[in-house]
Amino acid sequence: MGFLDISNVTKSYGNVEVLHQVDIKVEEGEFLVLVGPSGCGKSTLLNMIAGLEGITSGDISIKGRVMNGVHPSNRNIAMVFQSYALYPNMTVGQNMTFGLEMHGVEKSKRDVALKDVAKLLQLDQLLDRKPGQLSGGQRQRVAMGRALVRDPDVFLFDEPLSNLDAKLRVDMRTEIKKLHEKLKTTIVYVTHDQIEALTLSTRIAVMNGGYVQQLGTPKEIYDTPANLFVATFMGSPAMNVLPAKVSMVDGVPYAQIIDGEGQPVSLRFSQENMEDWDGKDILLGIRPEALTDPEGADRKSTNIATFHNAIDVTEPAGSDTFVTTTLGDADVIARMRADTDVASGQMFEFAVNMDKAVAFDPVTEQRIAP
Amino acid sequence: MSIATQGTDVNTGKIARTFIYLVLLVFALFYLLPFFVMVVNSLKPLDEITGGNMMALPDKWTIQPWLSAWSSAQIGVEPTGLKPYFVNSILMVVPAVAISTFLGALNGYVLTKWRFRGDTILFGLLLFSCFIPFQIVLIPMATILGKIGLAGTIPGLVLVHVVYGVGFTTLYYRNYYAAFPTELVRAAMMDGAGFFRIFWRIMLPVSGPITVVSVIWQFTNVWNDFLFGASFGGQSQPMTVALNNLVQSSTGVKEYNVHFAGAILAALPTLLVYIVAGRYFVRGLMAGSVKG
Repeated sequence: MGFLDISNVTKSYGNVEVLHQVDIKVEEGEFLVLVGPSGCGKSTLLNMIAGLEGITSGDISIKGRVMNGVHPSNRNIAMVFQSYALYPNMTVGQNMTFGLEMHGVEKSKRDVALKDVAKLLQLDQLLDRKPGQLSGGQRQRVAMGRALVRDPDVFLFDEPLSNLDAKLRVDMRTEIKKLHEKLKTTIVYVTHDQIEALTLSTRIAVMNGGYVQQLGTPKEIYDTPANLFVATFMGSPAMNVLPAKVSMVDGVPYAQIIDGEGQPVSLRFSQENMEDWDGKDILLGIRPEALTDPEGADRKSTNIATFHNAIDVTEPAGSDTFVTTTLGDADVIARMRADTDVASGQMFEFAVNMDKAVAFDPVTEQRIAP
Repeated sequence: MSIATQGTDVNTGKIARTFIYLVLLVFALFYLLPFFVMVVNSLKPLDEITGGNMMALPDKWTIQPWLSAWSSAQIGVEPTGLKPYFVNSILMVVPAVAISTFLGALNGYVLTKWRFRGDTILFGLLLFSCFIPFQIVLIPMATILGKIGLAGTIPGLVLVHVVYGVGFTTLYYRNYYAAFPTELVRAAMMDGAGFFRIFWRIMLPVSGPITVVSVIWQFTNVWNDFLFGASFGGQSQPMTVALNNLVQSSTGVKEYNVHFAGAILAALPTLLVYIVAGRYFVRGLMAGSVKG
């Protein structure tokens, strides 16, 4: 039994089931991120934890207490909304202590709690302002402060950074991470931004179409995606997926792909148990950073394969240079070091770190596990 | 207002602008003319009016017609002046406006933030009261007022006006609250505020503009109503009915100066409400329709 226990939860609107058998256990102090494209059910799930939406079947419990049907205010949770939802007629201080006031906490205790949190979030100077007089980042901090003041069991964040501009978003991301490291609170965080998911979380639940596609640590999600959806959704630029054919040579599996000129290229698999797939088609997934020039290849890798191919486009992005090339009729992106000497149209030697390559069943789209 | 309209005016030349102001001035004078006539004639003795010149300023200024209209003019059979009826009107208008505005706010809050099955149909039905002509309901209303024992009383009139007003006030508040972010209500719910706490602490404090609209609308309608007052007023008739009785009396000398003074007295409260809150009225009317 976890700290926050979501067991076999489904949600239906009329005859339409939008969440199917969701099963997640969150331990105390974990930072769980629900990530997925819009309409995947992540916000619905969060609202169900909050008690703002009913549960069709299954149980949600916090600290072993079943929360189905319990009013949001009695769950000892706090939520940070996408629009911050600050009360426009109250000052920052009143906003932050409103919850405590509603729960009948006396004024002197409220003030102490407010002072602590305001200091933590550097809001001391702003307590008498109205939300309308604050900048986006300040409002964001007030919204978090309002949640923190109540000292809840679980924090819920509903896409809290999506209203901020790009730079502020990165800053606030770090702030949230710092806050979590410092306070060790249990957090459930909804986002559609896979970078936020990877950077913030201790565990990620990737959702699509009302199903949890994969639940795991950021590293598990990134390196060993359970299926093609997770593989392509997580990571930017997205994982390259190319059609390949498996062939066994002296008991060693190789992936046959076609290069830009229509010539076959053989790449030796690092994983071994591919006998069942001999002669069959698969989808080969290669992250952009696993496809480089030979010098830039990961030195710890046990299996680097190289081949020559023409460069279509180069995109210097400052810290990296992205190189587009064609393999088996598909555009493939390679991530090179910034100062790699490349030019479009040039023949170039590519290196593939096959330790990082993953294979998918083209029919079920599930990963072929080693 | 100057801030609100800043930058929205069209650039025009000097000549065009002068012309526009001139036309506006002419219209303003045209609309003010009847009021001028009323004020001027209410301040002169009767013989100056019957002597002919309605437009001239008084030769002899007097406030006697005002005093007479207020406290001693013949209303029906009693020489009471308009004073008791003015009091009746106030006793009717204040609760009627307060109750209908409050109910409208509550309805708007429920219809937008506590949605339930059939809420749009219910809202549609409520809107019917905005379109049903007063005359249709006179007889059923009289029956009901009689049955509940409120016929001919001020509480009866208050009830009638509240019933008729709730449709409009609901419409105003519903549209206003529809633009109010629901996340705020959800946040307040998670903070532990209940149905009425959210209403008092979160919704009402930001409802200023629409409340002004609702109050002005209801105040003018209820104050100016004649039909319900005449039909259901009984012994406690409002100002409008008394004014009619004053002006329409067919016996004795027609004291025009007193009539003018009485008419202005009857119009004064609504005028005052407009002058005090008028600029919020326009702002509030726009608030529901334009985003931001």
